[in-house]
Amino acid sequence: MMILKILFRNAFHNKLRSGLTILGIAVAILAFGLLRTVISSWYAGVEAASTSRLVTRNAISIIFTLPLSYNEKIRQIEGVKMVSYGNWFGGVYIDEKNFFPNFCVEPRTYLEIYPEFVLSPAEKKAFLADRKGFVAGRKLAAKYGWKIGDPVTLKGTIYPGNWDFVLRGIYKGRDDTTDETQFYFHWDYLNETMKKVSPQRADQVGFYMIAVTRPDLSADVALAVDKTFKNSLAETLTETEKAFNQGFIAMSGAIVTAIQMVSFVVIIIIMAVVANTMAMTTRERIGDYAIMKTMGFGGRGITILIFGESLVISLTGCLTGMILTFPAAAAFGQALANFFPVFIVSTETLYLDFLAAILIGCLAAIIPTRQAIRIGIADGLRRIG
Amino acid sequence: MAEQKQNIVEIRHLYKSYHRGSLAVPVLFDITFDIVAGEFLALMGPSGSGKTTLLNLLAGIDKADEGSIRVGDLDITTFSETELAHWRANHVGFIFQFYNLIPVLKAIENVELPLHLTSLSKRERREHAEMALRMVGLDHRMDHYPQELSGGEQQRVAIARAIVTDPTILVADEPTGDLDRVSAEEILAMMERLNTEMGKTIIMVTHDPRAAQRAKILRHLDKGYLTDDDSQNPL
Repeated sequence: MMILKILFRNAFHNKLRSGLTILGIAVAILAFGLLRTVISSWYAGVEAASTSRLVTRNAISIIFTLPLSYNEKIRQIEGVKMVSYGNWFGGVYIDEKNFFPNFCVEPRTYLEIYPEFVLSPAEKKAFLADRKGFVAGRKLAAKYGWKIGDPVTLKGTIYPGNWDFVLRGIYKGRDDTTDETQFYFHWDYLNETMKKVSPQRADQVGFYMIAVTRPDLSADVALAVDKTFKNSLAETLTETEKAFNQGFIAMSGAIVTAIQMVSFVVIIIIMAVVANTMAMTTRERIGDYAIMKTMGFGGRGITILIFGESLVISLTGCLTGMILTFPAAAAFGQALANFFPVFIVSTETLYLDFLAAILIGCLAAIIPTRQAIRIGIADGLRRIG
Repeated sequence: MAEQKQNIVEIRHLYKSYHRGSLAVPVLFDITFDIVAGEFLALMGPSGSGKTTLLNLLAGIDKADEGSIRVGDLDITTFSETELAHWRANHVGFIFQFYNLIPVLKAIENVELPLHLTSLSKRERREHAEMALRMVGLDHRMDHYPQELSGGEQQRVAIARAIVTDPTILVADEPTGDLDRVSAEEILAMMERLNTEMGKTIIMVTHDPRAAQRAKILRHLDKGYLTDDDSQNPL
């Protein structure tokens, strides 16, 4: 108990030095936490993906379409529960800086396949009944101040012209990882317009979403779908929704790796700072440790004192940093909602913060402890006075 | 018939040198003498004569190159570091020139600290520490931190810490070296009482002839040699 008392009091004896070190650790943990959250957000789509959903796209590239006629053929494959389809619309709201994901989809089946998009029955009914209707995620509607019944016009980039819509529903995410920044409208609206202005682009689908009857059938169904369209004009590539989303992430893999490296570099830097603090502290207390040794305290007691003090400082900084991470992540997530629709500090990130703090505390104490234990009592006593 | 006192410390042919890189600097040469139980011995000599080194060897905080030191029935020169630490905890009380109290601990906690290596209960430790502080007249300052005490008071706390475990010997390295004259007199009077009233064996290193005057036996060291055989204090 006395050892604990000494180490706690030692940790805060030099208030300025301890305070600045704790601040440094808190900022490092905050930066580490935010960077890890950025990485988690990058993978949020992957995490949110269901194991019982498949995505079928053109085997050559996602930018090439598939015929609408595939819909019926896919539905007949064993293990397929439901099929929906859609296209990336790529519309712009007012000007280019207002980016958000917007898709046209076959609404009835799409909402069935994606139960995590929660709409009230009245909103769902209104959306299905209005061909020019659209639904927006809660965050997206809040960002632009849209209310039910508001008219919204998107400027097409892939499909030229101004496209008028009416907001019929605002969906909420069932899970924390559900993206609430998306915009969905009727595929028929796009298709009918295409038939009039660009008939060669009509009846073309960007992707099929397939719900399978059981998750364990996913691999078999994917093979069966691709086999069905083998040697056709538009061969398909079918993969789980998770693999499909991971394919997108892989394109930005270098950025994710860079962020990961920076997050670890931050920890290494703060480790050096804490090690320096502990080295100064130990040098300052070498006399105290010598006195304790004269009394009969051994290396174990000295080790507990130095490691304990280092851990108290690093864990205090860690706790401060973890507390600060939540408001910082909320502000960060709000500011970058377009890029990171789901920006939540995960439990795993908090565990990593804690682990980093333990690592910082322990590694920073190794060399000072070794020095304090190895120095002879007579040498330690000579440094007093 | 005069009472025959037993030797508590027997030093035989002690040599010690320090190493500075490849250079060996001899500090003590063939030191041989005894200390009787209940003695108050002062070691005097000029700077660099080896007084503190000899005290460190007697107290088991440094190791001799050659020779033996028997304290009671034990030859401490054969002990390992761990054995020495255990022995010091049970047999030696230390008083230093700069008091060397732990700054983050209150007076009572500083005195209690060595008792944490004993099997005493929390309540017993507290009682022992309070008693030691009472003996040095500082029971009213037990909740003060070292920096809230004067030099003389800090040294009294250090004495309380040294005696709290009831050690076999008390070693004091220039205990009045950092004190004003009045405080120094108080500390010396206290050490004298510990010796005469409680029978504590005290080995003190000092430059100060006034401090040495309090001792019963005086030993001089010069350039690493004991320079007198007379054990009576001529001062």
